[in-house]
Amino acid sequence: MRPLDVFRTATFRLAFAYLILFAVSVLLLLGFIYWRTAGFMAAQADETIRAEVQGLGEQYKRRLIGGLRTIIVERSARARNSLYLLSLGDVPLAGNLPGWPPNAVETAPGWINFNYVRGVDDDSEVRPARAARVELLGGYKLLVGRDMTEVNAVESTIRSTLLWSLAITGFFGVVGGVWISRNVMRRLELINRTSRDIMSGDLTRRIPMQGSRDELDDLAGNLNEMLEQIERLMMGMREVADNIAHDLRTPLNRLRNKLEGALIGQGSREEQMQALESAIVEADGLISTFNSLLLIAEAETGAHRDTLELMDLSEVIHDIADLYEPAAEDRGVTLKFVAPSRITVRGNRSLLARAAANLVENALKYTPKGGAVTVATGINPRNDRPTFSVRDTGPGIPEADRERVLDRFVRLERSRNTPGSGLGLSLVAAVARMHDAVIDLADAKPGLLATITFPAVEEAQAAIAAQPRRALLSPSANRSARQPEKQV
Amino acid sequence: MRILVVEDDREAAAYLTRGLRESGHIVDHAGDGEDGLHLAMGGNYDVAVVDRMMPRLDGLSMVRRMRDEGSKTPVLFLSALGEVDDRVKGLRAGGDDYLAKPYAFSELLARIDALARRNGADTVVTRLGVGDLELDLLSRTATRGGQKIDLQPREFLLLEYLMRHAGQVVTRTMLLENVWEYHFDPQTNVIDVHISRLRSKIDKGFTEPLLHTVRGAGYSLRAAS
Repeated sequence: MRPLDVFRTATFRLAFAYLILFAVSVLLLLGFIYWRTAGFMAAQADETIRAEVQGLGEQYKRRLIGGLRTIIVERSARARNSLYLLSLGDVPLAGNLPGWPPNAVETAPGWINFNYVRGVDDDSEVRPARAARVELLGGYKLLVGRDMTEVNAVESTIRSTLLWSLAITGFFGVVGGVWISRNVMRRLELINRTSRDIMSGDLTRRIPMQGSRDELDDLAGNLNEMLEQIERLMMGMREVADNIAHDLRTPLNRLRNKLEGALIGQGSREEQMQALESAIVEADGLISTFNSLLLIAEAETGAHRDTLELMDLSEVIHDIADLYEPAAEDRGVTLKFVAPSRITVRGNRSLLARAAANLVENALKYTPKGGAVTVATGINPRNDRPTFSVRDTGPGIPEADRERVLDRFVRLERSRNTPGSGLGLSLVAAVARMHDAVIDLADAKPGLLATITFPAVEEAQAAIAAQPRRALLSPSANRSARQPEKQV
Repeated sequence: MRILVVEDDREAAAYLTRGLRESGHIVDHAGDGEDGLHLAMGGNYDVAVVDRMMPRLDGLSMVRRMRDEGSKTPVLFLSALGEVDDRVKGLRAGGDDYLAKPYAFSELLARIDALARRNGADTVVTRLGVGDLELDLLSRTATRGGQKIDLQPREFLLLEYLMRHAGQVVTRTMLLENVWEYHFDPQTNVIDVHISRLRSKIDKGFTEPLLHTVRGAGYSLRAAS
């Protein structure tokens, strides 16, 4: 931004508006002070003159022109700032003025302003004065006045003080406005420059913070957090893309090999049919991997978040246990289902069922013959939160790997030869995150204990109340809203 | 039976048409929703297979218009949009079944079969019978040759579905969707195990098996005659 642009900034415009307002109020204030001081002194001078005229008038009534003359002579002798003149026609009789001032300006009937000369020769000076003029009987005229030098000096001092104040106010207003605008602009420019850098591709840039904890710092902090989030998501996307590329390429390649083999193979028709069939199996595997990936992506972006409604967790889990129980028995594994009656969570039925199915499948896959898989729902006694857990008696997962298996496509070395895409647990993790639930993998000694802990129902309901668009209208939410929720 | 295929992708349509014709059906094809609607209202089809995303008139609108104009032809949506939400939209628009692409042809065939036979059979049934196997839907009991069979509630639902579609091929996915109401593919052979349990209850000790496995497709409940 060019320096002149400072006048175009919103901050400066705001500062300028305040400056105008401030200048007007200063003007009003100073005007008032001027009126009350300078005006007052002038009025007081007039008042004194008027009083003196009145006093002299009384003397004149009592002692006539002779007495008046004596008084004028007396007063003229000791006057400093008072001016007197008594004349018959234009011939002066007494007083300290040499004659009627030639340059008098009549400001009001009987009132004049004029300049007179005080002192003699080298020491003389021209001074302003104000006086009342009174016509007496017999052609006599009386002038009673005041030297106005001091009053005028005070007036002009006040006036110049006022003008200076105004000028200083204006100056500091403009300078301050520019300074504040430049300050704000400099910090906004920092934010802008960082944004431009980021737009041109450097996602690692962050807006520097001043540490002043003001609103601009707040803004910078929030923007930085937003960038952090965006960068994380971008990294996630890139990782997903890499993983998809890597893990879909392998089966796609196998598929291609099989089809090609069937095409160029010299084998019997029987063999060709077999190759084609196994190609279809491969394709089905790919489709299911692809579907899982989509579902994980959707769960992670929260696309289904507004489909959450209050529902009975035990019922969902019970159905899944019911679905897998014969399969477990078939493998010589006991599948147990443990649950108190109703456990309310806020969730998406089909996604929860899917996550539960994945956990159970996973447990069944690793539990040896004669082992047991226990599926349970409950309320964590410590924090009143609904939980769902699957415990198996398989080999478990070494502590170091537990975080990792929740990532996409991670398959531990020992499971390389078992079927599966490696997406099962990451799908569970994604579904849990979508429900604001926490997934925890622990050692069941022996075996693995996977526990998903949901937010407490009260919180879930508060969340529903906070976004009443849809969930409150759904029948199941109504049902459980009417019932007291904890029936454990 | 007469089947209407409404699909804008040439290759997919050609594959579908050929497959259905080879399975012994009479097939008409429309390349977009407008033509599809026209044919559906004119011809007397047993089933319409409708894609969702098509030029001129999309599948949902087409089926909605069909229903508005009084057509009762069963509709199977065949769509690349396979989420639960999409499925619900399809059924709300008047579809009778929903199959996500990519699909297995045997799956499609089984579903078309199920839809065509359901047409017109809306009357309330209280008893179902296949051979000497009988199901009383009111008392929720099953008997074979007069002999009572003990069934778990879910097994009863499973058998009921199979009996309602007796003589047809029923796929694992159809069972999972209709008996358990799940719309995902378990990695484990859960359905097979349930079927073999059911089989041991209804076929064990009888000379004629009723519950057959159809290789590469699913299961079929039928009497030998």
